[in-house]
Amino acid sequence: MSTPILPARNAPILQVQELVMRFGGLTAVDHVSFEAAAGDITAVIGPNGAGKTTVFNLITGFYTPSAGEILLHGRDGRRALHTTPGHRIAQAGVARTFQNIRLFPGMTVLENLLVAQHNRLQAATGFGIAAVLGLGRYRAAEREAVERAKHWLEATRLMDRADDAAGSLPYGAQRRLEIARAMCTDPVLLCLDEPAAGLNPREAEELAQLIRLIRDSGCSILLIEHDMGVVMRISDHIVVLDHGKKIADGTPAQIRADEKVIAAYLGEGDEDETPAPMEGAA
Amino acid sequence: MSGAAIPHEGGVPHNDDGVPDPGEMGGIPRQAAPPAPRPPLSHALRDAGIAALVAAGLFVPLVGLRTDVASSGGGLIIRTRWADVAILVALVFGGRLLLNLWETLRPERRPRSARNTALLLRVGTWVAPALLIFALTFPALPGTTRYGLDLGILVLTYVMLGWGLNIVVGLAGLLDLGYVAFYAVGAYSYALLSTGFGWSFWVCLPLAGILAAFWGVLLGFPVLRLRGDYLAIVTLAFGEIIRIVLINWVSLTGGPNGVSGIPRPSFFGLSFSAGGGPGSFSDFFGLEPSPTHRVVFLYYLILALALLTNWVTLRLRRQPLGRAWEALREDEIACRALGINVTNTKLTAFAIGAMFGGFAGAFFATRQAFISPESFTFIESAIILAIVVLGGLGSQLGVALAALVMIGGFEAFRDLEEWRMLVFGGAMVVIMVWRPRGLVSTRTPSISLGKRKAISGDLVGEGHG
Repeated sequence: MSTPILPARNAPILQVQELVMRFGGLTAVDHVSFEAAAGDITAVIGPNGAGKTTVFNLITGFYTPSAGEILLHGRDGRRALHTTPGHRIAQAGVARTFQNIRLFPGMTVLENLLVAQHNRLQAATGFGIAAVLGLGRYRAAEREAVERAKHWLEATRLMDRADDAAGSLPYGAQRRLEIARAMCTDPVLLCLDEPAAGLNPREAEELAQLIRLIRDSGCSILLIEHDMGVVMRISDHIVVLDHGKKIADGTPAQIRADEKVIAAYLGEGDEDETPAPMEGAA
Repeated sequence: MSGAAIPHEGGVPHNDDGVPDPGEMGGIPRQAAPPAPRPPLSHALRDAGIAALVAAGLFVPLVGLRTDVASSGGGLIIRTRWADVAILVALVFGGRLLLNLWETLRPERRPRSARNTALLLRVGTWVAPALLIFALTFPALPGTTRYGLDLGILVLTYVMLGWGLNIVVGLAGLLDLGYVAFYAVGAYSYALLSTGFGWSFWVCLPLAGILAAFWGVLLGFPVLRLRGDYLAIVTLAFGEIIRIVLINWVSLTGGPNGVSGIPRPSFFGLSFSAGGGPGSFSDFFGLEPSPTHRVVFLYYLILALALLTNWVTLRLRRQPLGRAWEALREDEIACRALGINVTNTKLTAFAIGAMFGGFAGAFFATRQAFISPESFTFIESAIILAIVVLGGLGSQLGVALAALVMIGGFEAFRDLEEWRMLVFGGAMVVIMVWRPRGLVSTRTPSISLGKRKAISGDLVGEGHG
């Protein structure tokens, strides 16, 4: 494909073009186009059932689109995600978290982070045979993987729980662990599906800081979120979906003022035009 | 190979069943009394009454009514036996009441049970090395009979099969009801290759494993998209297909007559002939010719094969592949989102599990010298699966213990004749009530930064296909 460099800041990292997803007679995503710029936090918002998670599932390869294109400008140039099989999308540099947390509950926090680095480690094992015999580069590769895991454990303040089962962590820690696990795949684009759901305001604020930290480390972020406080504060760019269609696209200030968005989602606020706290309201 | 396996088995601290931190063990499922104050006598009476009612419902038609041939005329008459019913119902009522009262009156047992658990765990550390030493020295122990050795070989065969299936069911979480098919493929591979081409056991053993693995992959491909119950049904069908092909392909397999005259393995070219002629094992070592030599050799052969299975499994568990298997068992969708090729990972689990089944099959063929499709019925798959489930999914020590209990126990109750199945079934129910997640239900992490802490079985996924 084209040149093997990461796109410069503000060049698009993800281009979604005329994306359509039909489930039988239902059109869940209807000719949606948007771009996510490299180094930005792009939020996708909209009422429940607007098709946000479907868009995520299309981008991360869990569904194959009925029509349209998804292009990723990743480390090795342009890549058409809509024709890439599911597990290769993660290898191409798109990581995701899930709306309802999907950890490996019976494995420790550290193991969760090592599973995320499966492909890199597996490559070092020489089809597993060298690793079974304890040979080769595997030891070094594993040490490196543990170091990377430690880095994200520090960043998510989970270091002291590293040897505990993921399923035994409190809810907020599980949310953070899922993000840490996604980051261990070394993505260029991180897709977060409602990361603040179920968090208290303090935890939501910590999460916003974590997301900013990830953005500043060079990973672009695509975010679905209902917590408007978080969205408006950290997003560089917002896409609004309603009934599968894109109804608005712009900066937080533009979105806040957009009449269609107010009618469909944010609601008629008070005179002062600040959106009411929206958790769970939509 | 056994040399490499032994220190590993012996140094158990981080083996599957190592000593978990006692503090972590709160999650062990127990049939503990509810924390609320114990119910008074009236509750016990009511509960016993309900039990008696259920018993009456059962016994009235089963015991109370009986048809007899009338002495005059030869017609059937109904005879009632209400007295017997009353006795039985009274027994149930009284038994249930006593049980309830005992539950109420006995001292609070929580602390004692916690202490017991800690003790059990401490004992657990020593069980694996002790078992290994026992297994290694068993043929040399005084009082070991020929029968004992044969039983030992049988138990070890099931230990190996259990460990092989444990990869598929315990680690990867894929419910396989047709594991015996791979056992059959291994057995017939060795039988046909050795009788057809005269190849030696040591050449055929890896071939049997490879062929079984090949069939594992072949089965794997179509069923990979299935999960849970559907996967179980297809693997069950696969097991039956293999058996029926073996019965009907008479020109190759001899059909129901099986394959006989399968060559016995040699010890580095030394045969175990009973006559002890030149070139035989006893002649070379200057021993009195004895048929026991071969049995002891077979015993150590299956022990070495089983330990190889164990060693490879334990190593793989700490590799990316093994972790991917366990992750697959925990959450397949998350695996896919992390870029793990779910298809290949499942295929490797099927193939490696099948390979060890094939090794065990080749051993079975050479030990029996005769095989027929009758040895590879569904009940074998069921027994192997029961061993894995009773032992605790994913636990190596648990599987070995379960094989010992199931196969050894089954033999021990031989004197009970027709009651054997009843005792056996009862024992299984007791184990499942006592330890619903198997004998060893905790999981030991494959890597840790500090001290390894066992993970309670409640958190570990059971596999959904």
